[in-house]
Amino acid sequence: MLYFSKLRIVFITIFSLLFVLIASSNLFNFDDGFFNKKINLGLDLQGGSYLLLEIDNEPVIEQKLQNLTTTFRNYFKDKDIKINNIKIDDKYIFFNVSDENKQKVIDIFQDEDSEINPYYPRFKSHQLEIEDTGLNLKVSFSRQGLITLKTSSQDQAIEIVRRRVDEVGTNEPNILKRGNNRILVELPGLDDPMRIKSLLGKTANLTFRFVTQNDDDRFGVQKLEFEDGTQEANVSKRIIISGENLLDAQPKMDTQNNQTIVSFTLDRVGAKRFGKATSTGIGKQLAIVLDGKIISAPVVRDTIASGSGQISGGFTFQSATDLALLLRSGALPAPLEIIEERTVGPDLGQDSINAGMIALAIGFLLVIIFMFVKYRFFGLITNATLIINLFILLGVLTLFEATLTLPGIAGIILTVGMAVDANVLIFERIKEELKDETNNILAFDGGYTKSRTAIIDANITTLLAAVILFFMGSGPVKGFAVTLGVGIFTTLFSVYFIARLFTSLYVSKNKNSGKLI
Amino acid sequence: MIAFNKYYNHFNVLSTVLIVVSLLLLIFKGLNFGIDFKGGTLIELRSNDTKINVSTLRDKFSQMNLGDVSVKKFGSDNDFLIKFENKDNKKNIIEEIKVNLDNSFGNNYDFRRVENVGPKVSAELLKSGVIAISLSLAIMLIYIWIRFEWQFSLGAILALFHDVIVTLGVFSLFSLEINLSIIAAVLTIVGYSMNDTVVIFDRVRENLRKYSDIKIFELTNISINETLSRTIITSATTLLALLAIYLFGGEILKGFSLAMILGVIFGTYSSIYIANTVLVRLRVSQKTVLREDDSK
Repeated sequence: MLYFSKLRIVFITIFSLLFVLIASSNLFNFDDGFFNKKINLGLDLQGGSYLLLEIDNEPVIEQKLQNLTTTFRNYFKDKDIKINNIKIDDKYIFFNVSDENKQKVIDIFQDEDSEINPYYPRFKSHQLEIEDTGLNLKVSFSRQGLITLKTSSQDQAIEIVRRRVDEVGTNEPNILKRGNNRILVELPGLDDPMRIKSLLGKTANLTFRFVTQNDDDRFGVQKLEFEDGTQEANVSKRIIISGENLLDAQPKMDTQNNQTIVSFTLDRVGAKRFGKATSTGIGKQLAIVLDGKIISAPVVRDTIASGSGQISGGFTFQSATDLALLLRSGALPAPLEIIEERTVGPDLGQDSINAGMIALAIGFLLVIIFMFVKYRFFGLITNATLIINLFILLGVLTLFEATLTLPGIAGIILTVGMAVDANVLIFERIKEELKDETNNILAFDGGYTKSRTAIIDANITTLLAAVILFFMGSGPVKGFAVTLGVGIFTTLFSVYFIARLFTSLYVSKNKNSGKLI
Repeated sequence: MIAFNKYYNHFNVLSTVLIVVSLLLLIFKGLNFGIDFKGGTLIELRSNDTKINVSTLRDKFSQMNLGDVSVKKFGSDNDFLIKFENKDNKKNIIEEIKVNLDNSFGNNYDFRRVENVGPKVSAELLKSGVIAISLSLAIMLIYIWIRFEWQFSLGAILALFHDVIVTLGVFSLFSLEINLSIIAAVLTIVGYSMNDTVVIFDRVRENLRKYSDIKIFELTNISINETLSRTIITSATTLLALLAIYLFGGEILKGFSLAMILGVIFGTYSSIYIANTVLVRLRVSQKTVLREDDSK
């Protein structure tokens, strides 16, 4: 166990130095790309905001079912199958058909080439399931159909969230999918997420619709509140143009009356429709509806054929800027709810770094003094190994650009405390060997060999705990698992290569000087 | 040589009492779950105005109709921790509070940390915490089963069980808060306690192979003594490191390091007085380990 070939010594030295060098790149700025890596600081250390958003898919499902009833009506009409009593009740569509047509309808739904019920060959499942309840036929989304629906609304939502966050211009936001109905937004350096929260909380569903007096509008009528909550108006369900027709939106100052407005530009389809509506609807009130609330309802005075217009509504400059931003980035497919928020101010982050570093320094010092008092020369070997171990640990974290969190720093300190364990096991074993063995080399060799199984077992148990923590934990706690886990590997390396090398050099020089430890 | 085995029975009674008391505490008093597991809102507030103190803050917050609000000093004299349930899960609660506080205190305070955990997320976090701890116990059981005989496995798991239950019992007794980092601490305790037990068991097994004429009652005592200096040194350095975190690592790591300190103390104790006594009570002998060798 004590013999080292020259090649091995060279290898160990180079390897250790390399990691020390990588670790030091956190302090200096090297131009070289390889040494340019740095340990990332977690949000709890650099300050920032962590938001977990959940997509509320209920309205999407409801809308999809609504659309499906229309599809069914048209489709079966073409097929000369009469369907009656079609209605939606709690995520199901119910309808009646005559007994002779029942099997035909069910076959249409279960056909792999069905035109109204897409088949996913990969999952061997249709989008919709049909069931004969006896009274009527019941159609609902299949499990796979729901998953597909959720995934697609998540895909759309994450795109919109990304656009909105980018528009606000925070540095290096991190936007990730979680499950099939959640989005994680990490915003480093942001200590007041109020604006982003309010931007993400809005669906931004914009429609232009006429205010109507008569209740028998062909498309149906909806009673909607004004944004300020003071008035209500009856608005037709017929949509003239919607947010999808917008090409651009910008906040502007109306020079005539010194009001802040949002000016918008429409695409070709939108411009045509807007022109037609404004030419036929002169004198009528056109309501601008955002997320079910009327922003304003100006009276149409002229035909607007230019495809551009403006929205006024008593905006401040900030609210006009935000509305323009929301309109530019598009509507979310479904409302988002912030179900978890964690925000740390930058000064608390800095305080945590300082406290962590002081604790690390003091913990390190205490352990080093303890080891020196206990083992003298071999304590020095352990301590030198401990220092190199710390650098290698930081080097590995740097190399993988790992995220360091406050619990992560605690993990490093804990590693310092537990790293001496392996050396202690070895040294204590050597002491025992020396009780009835006068040959130092044999005793040291025996000590290393016989302590090995205990060391490996003991480290594997800690490693197992770290692995579980890594997969089950979240955020800061994950950082703890990483440093603890990596610490075990660097500790084993430094004990079995570096400390053993030092020990072997010392022992082979002093093998005849009596009991060495 | 210290006669640890003289007190096997005494400490077994003590451990049983500790576990029973802890379980009773956990059942009847319960744990003080933080917002991670209970849901709610937490605000860490730093003031630079002496007018802002626990009682004025409590007054202001009770006027805001937030339900049960707890206001506590947090570390230094001008840092405060405010917690409430946020039952209705109001969206703009933080902004409303800011406006309210601005009206009374002006700009003389600062939100250093804001955490808001919805009921769905907290339920999930609690579930995954429980799964993580159960999973780690199960994996340790399997690992030690592979490495040792089942008697050893049982001893190690009983020791682990003891450490986790009693640490949580202490947290229940003093109503200390259980949050995500405490779960991390408990898992690390599981790793550490196992580590300690494995080192002694390794020696017990080695001695069982070496001496056929020494009874397990004596043999465990020999093994404990042979590994004692290692046990003391490793516990000492680990405790030194943890003490540094507890004293200097800042307020956020206090609960975490306290749980770890308790865990290391209980873990060291249980390796000696629970894990080994199980071997004695199950009458482990040389045959036990030789059978294992044969089957390999």
